[in-house]
Amino acid sequence: MGDLKTALVTGASRGIGFVVASQLAEAGYNLAICGTTRSTIDKAAEQIRSACGVEVLARAVDVSDREQMQGFVQETAKHYGRLDVLVNNAGITRDNLSMRMKADEWDAVIDTNLSSVFNAMQAALKPMMRARSGRIINISSVVAGMGNPGQLNYCASKGGVEAMTRSLAREIGSRGITVNAVAPGFIATDMTAGLGDDAHAALTDQIPLGRLGQPADIAAAVVFLAGESAGYITGHVLHVNGGMYM
Amino acid sequence: MSAEIEAKIIKIVGDQLNVDEGEINPDSSFVDDLGADSLDTVELVMAFEEEFGVEIPDEDAEGIQSVQNAIDYIAAKAE
Repeated sequence: MGDLKTALVTGASRGIGFVVASQLAEAGYNLAICGTTRSTIDKAAEQIRSACGVEVLARAVDVSDREQMQGFVQETAKHYGRLDVLVNNAGITRDNLSMRMKADEWDAVIDTNLSSVFNAMQAALKPMMRARSGRIINISSVVAGMGNPGQLNYCASKGGVEAMTRSLAREIGSRGITVNAVAPGFIATDMTAGLGDDAHAALTDQIPLGRLGQPADIAAAVVFLAGESAGYITGHVLHVNGGMYM
Repeated sequence: MSAEIEAKIIKIVGDQLNVDEGEINPDSSFVDDLGADSLDTVELVMAFEEEFGVEIPDEDAEGIQSVQNAIDYIAAKAE
């Protein structure tokens, strides 16, 4: 299995991250995945292993902690001897009206959604530059472009992720490394499951395709950007949102 | 010892920057004489770390701007 490519996915216990990891495994990548709790990430790893037969390195990682985040990337590169694809997916929301937003709500979202992405990318650059190839794919959000009331912190973090994506793409394009983002619209996950029927109907009214997206819709975009055929795409934000923002 | 270090460093620099080794001498500045960009200098430091099995902290790396700087730094580390 030594010649399989390696992909690292953060926030892979459930939701979009889990399906991204699963689809990458189906596409033949060995995986390194992390989540916040030991038991759920181990369970996710076992599910993927038994379905796809690839190697899965699973760790409980607090991505908002620079040392833990970079340590996991370094461990992955060392374990597999390569790091071909980095998918920064882990993210949280701490919604509140701007006037009421607490400092810890701001900090938690920025640390987890924005700083973690920088830290992971920085650690991934060494093995990727050495290999003169690599794919970095950051999961953003449609609200980075649109804005969303009550999500100023989340929107700021995702806008920052898209700006970092472009900046790093320019910086390391000459080394054969591409950096892109995928911006999901409203996807049916735990993050959107708490909505009542009215809120759900109001949401789908804004979506030309008339339904929420599925995690698999996002995963397919990630697998595409990770693949050989996407080698000339960099600094791009790929919107997968049913047309709700264009 | 130092001659051996110099030969290795010149080889690394030649490979990394795609420059003929004959055009590299100790006084050569990576950026001014050998056409390196800032990313090349980062990669050179990574290559030195690998070849000589040393860790070069960022604050030291900034001081390694020429072949001679690299030779002196590695020689000092080797002592």
